[in-house]
Formats: sequence, structure tokens, C-alpha cells
Amino acid sequence: MIGIVSYLVFLATVASILAIAVLGLNLQWGNTGLFNGGVAAFFGAGAYGTLILGGGPQDGQLGGFGLFYPLALLGGMATAGLLAWGVGILTLRLRHDYLAISTFGIAVAFENLMRNAQWLGGGAQGLHGFERPLHAALGDGFLYNILFLLCVLVILVLTYRFLETLVASPFGRQLRAIREDETAARSLGKVPTRIRLTAFVTGCVILGLAGGLYGTFYAFVSPQDILPTLTFQIWAMLIVGGAGNNKGAVLGAFLIWGAWTASGWALSRFAPIEAQLYTGSIQYILIGLVIVGMLLWRPQGLLPERLVVSQTGHTKT
Amino acid sequence: MIQHLLDGILVGAVLSLGAAGLTMVMHMLRFANFSHAELLSIGAYSALVFDALFKGILPVLAAQIGLLSMTGTLALSMVFSMVTTGISAVIFDKLIFRRVREKGEELSMVFASFGLALIIRNAISLIFGLQTKLYSQDIVFATVLSREPLVLVKPDQLATLGITLAIILLLHFILSRTTFGYALRAVAENQSLAQVNGINLQRMIVVVWMLGGGLAALAGVFYGLNNQITPVIGRDLVLPIFAATIVGGIGSIYGALLGGFVVGIAANLAVMVLPSGYSPSIPFLIIIAVLLIRPNGMFGMERT
Amino acid sequence: MSDIALNMQSVTAGYVPNLPILHDVSIQLVRGTVTVIIGPNGAGKSTLVQAVAGLLTVSSGTILQGIDDITNIRPDQMAAHGIAYVPQSDNIFRSLTILQNLDLALRREKVDKAARRTELLMQFPVLADKLTEKAGALSGGQRQFLAIAMALATRPQLILMDEPSAGLAPKAAEEVLEMVRALTETGATILLVEQNVNQALRVADQCYILAEGRNQIDGKATDLLGNSVVADIYLGGKRMRAGA
Repeated sequence: MIGIVSYLVFLATVASILAIAVLGLNLQWGNTGLFNGGVAAFFGAGAYGTLILGGGPQDGQLGGFGLFYPLALLGGMATAGLLAWGVGILTLRLRHDYLAISTFGIAVAFENLMRNAQWLGGGAQGLHGFERPLHAALGDGFLYNILFLLCVLVILVLTYRFLETLVASPFGRQLRAIREDETAARSLGKVPTRIRLTAFVTGCVILGLAGGLYGTFYAFVSPQDILPTLTFQIWAMLIVGGAGNNKGAVLGAFLIWGAWTASGWALSRFAPIEAQLYTGSIQYILIGLVIVGMLLWRPQGLLPERLVVSQTGHTKT
Repeated sequence: MIQHLLDGILVGAVLSLGAAGLTMVMHMLRFANFSHAELLSIGAYSALVFDALFKGILPVLAAQIGLLSMTGTLALSMVFSMVTTGISAVIFDKLIFRRVREKGEELSMVFASFGLALIIRNAISLIFGLQTKLYSQDIVFATVLSREPLVLVKPDQLATLGITLAIILLLHFILSRTTFGYALRAVAENQSLAQVNGINLQRMIVVVWMLGGGLAALAGVFYGLNNQITPVIGRDLVLPIFAATIVGGIGSIYGALLGGFVVGIAANLAVMVLPSGYSPSIPFLIIIAVLLIRPNGMFGMERT
Repeated sequence: MSDIALNMQSVTAGYVPNLPILHDVSIQLVRGTVTVIIGPNGAGKSTLVQAVAGLLTVSSGTILQGIDDITNIRPDQMAAHGIAYVPQSDNIFRSLTILQNLDLALRREKVDKAARRTELLMQFPVLADKLTEKAGALSGGQRQFLAIAMALATRPQLILMDEPSAGLAPKAAEEVLEMVRALTETGATILLVEQNVNQALRVADQCYILAEGRNQIDGKATDLLGNSVVADIYLGGKRMRAGA
């Protein structure tokens, strides 16, 4: 019994962490219309950043700062934000397909870097030696996992509230204006590039937060965690749940993660031995079909964006 | 260094052919097609299938051509592969991209292309298996062009270059001397004016996909001939091919052809400076450099 | 009863489906004449012409050419109906040479292409010297002549022209409008949109005045010159006399 509950706690924790990431992506895509093809890079920056800053000393590698955990997490988020700022400055003023290609490229380059730079993140073996916060006091058991899940859920709710407030605010209106008609927004004096940059960086900081939590949860991160697959999974979550809708983003995360895990389990259980090598391929085909299928059948997602009526016609005095 | 240059030119040939098709689609349909590189995989594997087929029914052609490892059947298979890959590209557009296009969102096509790429790549894995394959098991000896420094070249590489150059000349002839070529350039410059002058846009779109698919198939076969055939050809080439289109300027076929060689040579020369593990990042660095210095690339066109 | 070359009835049209620019507009073009559409900025004059050309969606109403219903044709089908359209701007392919532009326009020509090309070059001698120059390098007037030459390639019976004299020096503008008048000698019908009312009314037979996407007044060009209400509102308040 405990086993099943334990497993569900594990699933829920990962799904919630990914939900935070999807919320960050939603700010960029759903609200601002920005295509971030390199989600994995910013997620990874958060993970590696947090673990390097908060972890123990490493042989011949960057590390050993042993920072107080919340600081380490913030550091991870800042790393993601910095990376986002750099990429954003270069590409946000360009056409949307350039942004897609550049962000995709950043993810390829980041994974490539972490895989080769032994001194930075341990190379292909990944980053060890990180102690989860309060590990000494609470140990590794069921209690710790429940508490961890609760903390993640709290962070998820806070992130959700933050984004909902942002979307309803004047800044949110500006984002929607730029998304719908950039020329019109520009004629009203709004500077699209600066606004887009803010949205892009904020979204990436949230991605970094998710990455940091992910790394903390596993107390380990490696290049295998930041493959393009992750980007596709998070995109699929947003497309299924509903771009532009924060509730949809969270729903999509749980649905897709649940489906991914369930399909993985079903394939390893029921597929013949010879096919075991190909279970990954089958799962990727399923994700691809989900993405294409949703775009053809219900592009607005399961929970479409609620149309926000901003002006009620009253004049300001 | 000369060896690296030669290798780079060879890689460049593959990238040019891949990029030429991609740049046309990207400009006309206004989306970054992440599934274009998978057409190279489809081309390579189609040729494999045709090759096996022809070896069975036309064994007389199974002999190698001169010093090449390429056989008569493979040469024939290349042509057939170009046709089937072109048709596949048209089908993908009809089934997926056109429908997404009609729903209005240009960016949704980019997502759809991501999803399609995943499907194609993994379907190929399922059908053909994950192991690497080769067109020919025969060992072909490289010719030593010089000993000091050591420069080797394989006959297959020369054939690849030769055919690519011939195709480039053919493309140039079409674009500069035939009304069909003018029509292609017209559609790239101004779609609605092209229609006003009697060009059927839907038909042009089909032609562009066929052409892009055909060139991609050729590139895929060349890649498989000079390296190996694996399901991840597309995944490995998607970023370099995009880099080539950006270097050349999106919409310019000449730009893409040149850009392919630039990226190929740069990537191979960079290996002299950086550890080889970093080569996948080179195309990204090239993209950033272009965006910093000259975002429109060499011959980029503004859209009207 | 004169022969009607084009009959537009109650057309509502726009670039975006739910946002029409033209509301319930009707015009009739008499064969072999020049009809000009004038009106203030934003009246929908260009939109009207583009609607005939099939470049935007007509949501209600019909456009008839004789017995053929050509409402919402594809633009590339115009030539098959003997219609040609000269857009106001971006009306030639700058990256192609004059010769290539002409050959492109002649693409559908079934009979002797070279002969037709020679005919066109005789009609537009200014183009004949510069055949291998890129169209983007031409002057405004030369580009306009090329655009008209391209439109004439398919020997159209109905020619739609959107402000052909716009941005041209007075002499070039006059030449262009004289050529427009001369085109009717072959029996072609011309629909002209013009901002330059003086010159337009000099070459036109019929005139329609459009404002806010709707028909206002129409009639013989010479009659409208004498109408003081029209003069005040649409012709800038000055009294115009034909030939002045």
C-alpha cells in the first residue's frame, strides 16, 4: 500500500515540477506568442546552476560553494535568466522563425557543452555530490518525499497566482497586444522588443526554477536530462492543456506526464523482449502524434484561453 | 588543414542540397520546418530499399561504377528515391501543414513540424532498426592526393561533389533562363503579384515541396554513401541545415547553396581549434554570428 | 443599351472576413470605355479593384462578366477571363530583368511568344533598350510602363489599373494616362482608380465616386465636372472645367 502511495507521490512531484515549467512556457508562448524551442536549455541552466551552487566540492570541477539552499535555487533561476537575456537580446527582434531556430540551437549547444565540459558540470557522468535540503534532519524516507511534494505544490500554486496576476495586469494587456498585432502595439508607443524580452526572461526564470527543483529532487543532473525530448514533452503538455490558459498548462502537465509514465510502464510490461529496445521510439511516436493531432483537431487545447475583456467602456476620471 | 577543407566541402555539398529545399519552403510558407531534415533520412532509406529491390530484379546493374562503391542499382535508386521523397513531402504538406495553415496560425506549423519530425525519425527506427547500415559492404580505398601533409580522398567523395556541382549548375540554369525559374523567383519575391501574373500558387507550393524533397533525398543518399545510414541523420543535420539557410539568407536558393558550403567548411575547420566533441555546437555559433553581423544573411529577401 | 463589360452588384468585401471595407457597392463598365473611380482617402477604391481581381474575399454580392460569374475568382484565373490588373505599387519583380519580367507575363501565351514580345516592346520603346537591366534599377515611370506592358501581355479585354500615374512626374503621368486612353482603341475596357482627379476626368468616359466604402455619385465624367456639390466635397472645393 505504502508502495503505491509512494509511487504516486513520486509521480505527482515530477508532474508538479514539470507543471511549473509549462507555466513558464505559457507566459512566453500562450501570452506573448514567443516560440521557445530550447526549453531544455533554460531548465538545465536552473538545474545545473542550483546543484553547482548548493552542492559539495567536486574533483577538478566547478563546485563546492555549498550555498544555503534557497540561495542556490535562486542562483539557478538567475543562471537561467541570464542565459535567456543573452539569447533574447540577440533574437527577439527578429522574425519568429529565427527565434525558433536560435532557441533550438541554444538547447543543442547547451547539452553539447555540458556533455563535453568535464570541468563545468561533470560531463557525461553528470553532477553528483548534492545533498537535498534538510536531508540530514529528515532522512530519505516517505516523510521526506511527502514534505518535498508539499513544498513543490506550494511553489506551483505561488507561481500560478503570480502569473495569473501578471496576465490580468496592464503588462499582461501589453503582451496580448503584441501577440495579436505588433504593428498596432508599436504605433501606440509600446516597445515590443523590451516587453517581449521581459516576458521571455521571466518565463525562462520560471523554467530555471522548475529545473532547479528537478535537480534537487533527484540530487543529480546529467546531459541526459536536458535532451530535446524534454522540450517536446513540455510543448506537448502546453498544446494539450491549452496555450494561453494557466489552468490548462497545469492540466496538460499532469495528463502528459501520466500518459508518458503509463505508456512506458505498459510497454515494458507487455511488449516482447525483442521490442524492449524500441519502447522509447514508440513513446516518441506517440508524443509526435499527440502534438500533430492536437494541432489538427483542437489547436486551442483542452482548456482554451478565456477571452479577457479589459475595457468596460468607462472613461477614466 | 587541407584534409579538413576537403572534408568540409563534402559535408557542405550535403548541407547545400538540404538547405536549398528548406529555404524555398521557409520563405514561401513562412515557417521554420523542423521536419525538412528528416526528408534526408527518408531519402537515404528509400534508396536502400530501392537498391535491394533493383539488385534483385536487375542484377546486371549491381556492378560498381568504376572506382566508386556506388553501384548501378544505387544510382538508379537515387533517382527513384528523389521522386518518392518529393511525393512524401507533398503528402505531409497536404495531410498536416496545409490544414494547420488554414486554421490560421503560422507558428503552429513549426510545432507540427517538430511533431512530424519525431514521428518520421522513430518510425524509421521501428521499421529499419536502430543499427547503422551501409549501401555497400565493399571496402573502397582512398586515393592519396599528397603525403606531406596527408590528404586522402575517396572516389565516392569526388562523385558526390561532381554530381552536386552539376545539380547546382542545373538549378542556376533553371532560375536564370527558364520561365519556370522566373516563376519560382517571382513567387519568392511577391506572392500576390505572382498570382496576378498568372501563377497558380497552390501548384507552385506542390512544386516547391517536390523539388525540396528531391534535393533532400539526394543529400541523404550522399550522406549515407560517405558516412553511414542511421535513423538519426535528420536529427544530426537539422541545425546545420538551418544554419546554412540563415547564412545564405532565407528565401535565396543561391544563398542556401553557398551557405551549405560555408557551414560545412567552418564546422570542419573548427575541429582544428576545438575538441571534436563540440562540433554539434558550431552551427549554433555560426547562427549567432550571422544574427549579430548581418541578420538577413548573404542574399536574404524581405517579404512583401 | 450599351454592352456591359463588367457588372458589379451590391458587393460587400474586405481583407478580413468580418471587417468589410466595401459596403453594397455596384458599378457597371461599358465596353470600350474608360471608367474612373475617385474619392477621398480610405474610400475603398483600391479595395474595389482588388475585389474584381480576386485578391480579397467578396462576402456578398456578385461580379459578372457577361454571363460569367467571376466573384471570388483566384487571381491567377484572371488571364483566362481576359482580365489584367496593374497594382498601384510593387507591380513588377525587382529582382528579375525587364526581359525576364516580360517572359514571365507571357508565360501563358500560346501563340508566338517572341512576336508578342516584340509587339509590346514597340509599344513601349523605353523598355527595349534596357532589356537586361533588373527591374528594380528602373525609374518610377519606366517601372510603370513595364507593369502596364506585363498586364497587356495576355491581350486583356478588361484592364484594371490602380493609380497608374501615382508618384510620377507630370509629363510621365500625362504619357501614362494618354496611353490608358489609347488602349480603348482596341476595344478594351478600362477601370481606373485615380487620386489625380483633373487628369482622370480628362481621359475617362464614366466616373464613380466612392466614399467610406459606398457608392456616392456616378455619371458621365464631363457631367461631374460641372456638379458643384461634388466639386466642394470631393474635388477639393475648386470648380473644375473640362479642359482647364
